[in-house]
Amino acid sequence: MALDAALNRRRWLRTMAGVPLVALAPARGQMPTSGPAIGSGYATLLPEVTGGRPVRAERVHLEIPELADNGLSVPVRVRVDSPMSSEDHVRSITLLAEFNPRPVLLKVHLGPHSGRAELATRVRLAVSQRVMAVAQTSDGRFWSAQADVLVTESACLDAS
Amino acid sequence: MVARVRVPAVVRPAEVFVVRIAIQHVMETGFRLTDTGRPIPRNVIHTLAVRYGGQEVFRAELGSGVAANPYLEFPVQAVASGPMVFEWVDDAGIRGSETVAITVAG
Repeated sequence: MALDAALNRRRWLRTMAGVPLVALAPARGQMPTSGPAIGSGYATLLPEVTGGRPVRAERVHLEIPELADNGLSVPVRVRVDSPMSSEDHVRSITLLAEFNPRPVLLKVHLGPHSGRAELATRVRLAVSQRVMAVAQTSDGRFWSAQADVLVTESACLDAS
Repeated sequence: MVARVRVPAVVRPAEVFVVRIAIQHVMETGFRLTDTGRPIPRNVIHTLAVRYGGQEVFRAELGSGVAANPYLEFPVQAVASGPMVFEWVDDAGIRGSETVAITVAG
């Protein structure tokens, strides 16, 4: 029985692998939070961060409130799955907010001496948008995670 | 510039411990205006470097997208007792530093 289910699942996965992602995505504006869908801002922003190298939506975990009452200070936590050994570790983590006037929020450099690939900070968000964390591992590859944040009070609304 | 650093009082050898630092700084974005309509120049802490055990263990490049009084939390693996030195500099060229003792025992 369990084997049957597993085989069905395998067959289903094999079938679905042939279906383009676009066909599965709901109407525009409803793109999934993780995966290859990238906001228009990131289309130009990401190549600047990665030098045009591919970015996979894996290994990175981004914790940020779905609703931020105040865009002036939004807590963020990023974790990356990595053994953090001298051969295989996370080199850097970059936080991006595509609709901020300066979309690169910060970049931190880590290494095997970090023990774990983790970072927590507080950022400013100008408007509701999709925040992205990009990590580069020691093999030069890039990994990412995204999360939508609804900002009720902007960080840049007034001049005060 | 005033900073507050928090580390565990004692850590075991090779233990991965969490370092927290909060620096008092306005992190002026450069987008604000004075009452008379003049732009206030950008002034953020753009670099923070942390040294411990004879090497750099953490470095951050900050932009105006980091909240005022920047707060950073990151892990470090214990090697030996000794100082952990934090150094940062802002757009005005003003430098700050803080040193805490890391005690490795057990």
